[in-house]
Amino acid sequence: MIVYFMCFFLFLVGLYGIVTRRNLIKIVISFTIMEFSVFLFFALIGYVENGKAPILTKNLPENPVFVDPLPQAMVLTAIVIGLATSAMLLAIAIRLYKKYGTFNIREINNLRG
Amino acid sequence: MSNLVPLYVILPLASAFLIPSVGRLVKGFQKALLSLVLLFLTAMTFYIIFSGLDQPIAYAVGGWEAVKDTPIAIYMVLDGLSVVVLLIVNLIGFLATFYSISYIKKYTAENNFYALLSLMIAGMNGVVLTGDMFNLYVFLEIAVIASYALVAFGIEKTELEASFKYQVLGGIASLWILFSIGMLYWKTQTLNMADISQILANDTSDAFMIFTQILLISGFGLKAAMIPFHAWLPDAHSSAPSPISAMLSGVLIKAIGVYAILRLFFNMFALTYEIGMVITVIGTLSMIIGGLLAIFQWDMKRMLAYSSISQMGYVFIGVGMGMIILIRGGETSVAALAIAGGLFHMINHATFKGLLFLNAGAIEHTTGTRNMKMMGGLARTMPITSTTSLGASLAISGIPPFNGFFSKLIIIVAAIQGQFYLLAVLAIVISIVTLVYFMRFQRFAFFNKTTFSRKVKEVPFTMCFSMVVLVILCLALSLLIFPGVREVMLTPAVDVLMETTNYSSTIIGM
Amino acid sequence: MISMMKGLTPIVKKVAQLMSGIICIYGIYIVVHGHLTPGGAFAGGIILAGAFILLILAFGSEVIKLRKEETGSSISESLSVLATLILAALGLLIGSKVFFNNYMPKGEVGELVSAGAVPVYNILIGIEVAAAIITIFLALIIFKEEEEER
Repeated sequence: MIVYFMCFFLFLVGLYGIVTRRNLIKIVISFTIMEFSVFLFFALIGYVENGKAPILTKNLPENPVFVDPLPQAMVLTAIVIGLATSAMLLAIAIRLYKKYGTFNIREINNLRG
Repeated sequence: MSNLVPLYVILPLASAFLIPSVGRLVKGFQKALLSLVLLFLTAMTFYIIFSGLDQPIAYAVGGWEAVKDTPIAIYMVLDGLSVVVLLIVNLIGFLATFYSISYIKKYTAENNFYALLSLMIAGMNGVVLTGDMFNLYVFLEIAVIASYALVAFGIEKTELEASFKYQVLGGIASLWILFSIGMLYWKTQTLNMADISQILANDTSDAFMIFTQILLISGFGLKAAMIPFHAWLPDAHSSAPSPISAMLSGVLIKAIGVYAILRLFFNMFALTYEIGMVITVIGTLSMIIGGLLAIFQWDMKRMLAYSSISQMGYVFIGVGMGMIILIRGGETSVAALAIAGGLFHMINHATFKGLLFLNAGAIEHTTGTRNMKMMGGLARTMPITSTTSLGASLAISGIPPFNGFFSKLIIIVAAIQGQFYLLAVLAIVISIVTLVYFMRFQRFAFFNKTTFSRKVKEVPFTMCFSMVVLVILCLALSLLIFPGVREVMLTPAVDVLMETTNYSSTIIGM
Repeated sequence: MISMMKGLTPIVKKVAQLMSGIICIYGIYIVVHGHLTPGGAFAGGIILAGAFILLILAFGSEVIKLRKEETGSSISESLSVLATLILAALGLLIGSKVFFNNYMPKGEVGELVSAGAVPVYNILIGIEVAAAIITIFLALIIFKEEEEER
């Protein structure tokens, strides 16, 4: 039970980073930390006591006990989606640096109201 | 007909990858391909609507049949509600593509624009059609990442900043949704929406489920731009190029925000009083705050963005009232009326808000500014734009015989019949406020004295075509009130939401 | 700041040449054995991209050559996704006539050539992921080089 609360705590660490940091790249890194906490949560859900890795080989014993493979497939897909999101964030961040000359979000505020 | 269902996802996805590879060799290939694909999909949707669906089509991807009555495949479900949202997505997508044939000429990377637009439409079609929770998340991310890139398309300062803010907030919402999918899987050990609804049929009030439902409402509420999660919408929708603003504000917040909440909270979770209350309260706040904030804007597209928040509040009020009446055991006819009003307003808002953003793009194309204080007197020189804009403004303010009047009337009548008198009064007041700021927009943009020194003329043909088609739709959609036409489109959608357990029993029974 | 054009010292260049061959073969092994061992398309594709990126970082290139590479990788990415979609849509015609059907002959468990169309999908998506990562990397490099030139 404590492990799941640690996942949630890691999520809150990432959220704190997004809210308080002023550098754009630090915001991107905190966002990645938040994502990783959700992946960890998924990987922990699928645990079965005394289970092996869910791979079908030739000589299996009778009634093998496998760990749940569906959360692992979900985490693989979510990692790729997280890669695309980070790539998009970083591309916009370096173009922002070229336009404004700074990474500080306090100075990048043309839009208001 | 069930073989046509995967085409909604295959065709835009294939064109999204054909356009960069073939578009380098053949000029003009990308516009022709995307327009034809979307025209074909719109025609297919009309065919499906008019030939009628007796029962929902559930298409199992991969052909995996159910094992001992538990569904293990990813299902693509086409029922009354999906077909209405599909019609909105593909029709407004086709008109926006046609509009952007002449609008995008002033940007440089045309190929990438059409590829991203078709990816966004493929993602939205996937969200509407899927019957599996994680597949919903995957298609949601496809659509939303394409929209991040489209908002930042013309690479100016404000557009990049708006896109970054949109990305961070939208990314947090997606993580909330993923987290709640994990919690649902932990509890029910399955990802199929129909299966989850049967497992959760009895117990939805322990703290675990309430936490999951709050996370889902927050995540999808941010995508649908409800108060208090609206902070990204004015910047993103006003900085994007105009056909993309029309797609974002007219289609995206409905297909991935409103549709997802409707599908999950009516057909998957059992109806609870608290969720109905939360939806209604958020809808009321959005309606009021969005309307009041729109009065103070002088930027044309920012005003339209705030008015989107306000009109989405109307949709949520209608749906929330229907949910509360169903829970309280009131008359089902009043609940059906409220939900029908909400869905009808969703369809109408797509047409007139899309038309208003296309008009704003036309004005910006010729005059080069978005500030309403610097325009004036365009009614003489841009007749088509000004007529269609007048039609759209009258429609959104609720003047008969345009469609906005009928949908708001249904919501107000349902509020009075269901004894929500405060909501009825607020709806009427905000409708008057909407009339105020749209008449101000008309006066400043079109009917003032001319302050321009350079010549302005009418916009090119493809832009005019889309605007004229949309204004004809604004008039034609009022016909959905009449009983003969209503049975075709609106009543099946309302029935899907009213008979909340029909969805799961149809899929499990297959 | 190290300019991209000159590349790094000769020791790094020689080691990168040797290592990138081994990394490439390792990536291909992970992609092709995706139905037998953990890994599959995504992980193997990223390893393949890593081999290529190591070469670019060690040797450096002119911007013009990098632009041609980017065109090549972008086209190969689009083509491999199209091939995947065509293969999946062929399931609409063959066999039990649903989308994404696994219609190729399935062998025995544990052989290399088995499990129907899954290894073919693995190879195509592996190429696509590698091409996508290479395109992103090249786009960022070209952007930085253009900014330094001005």
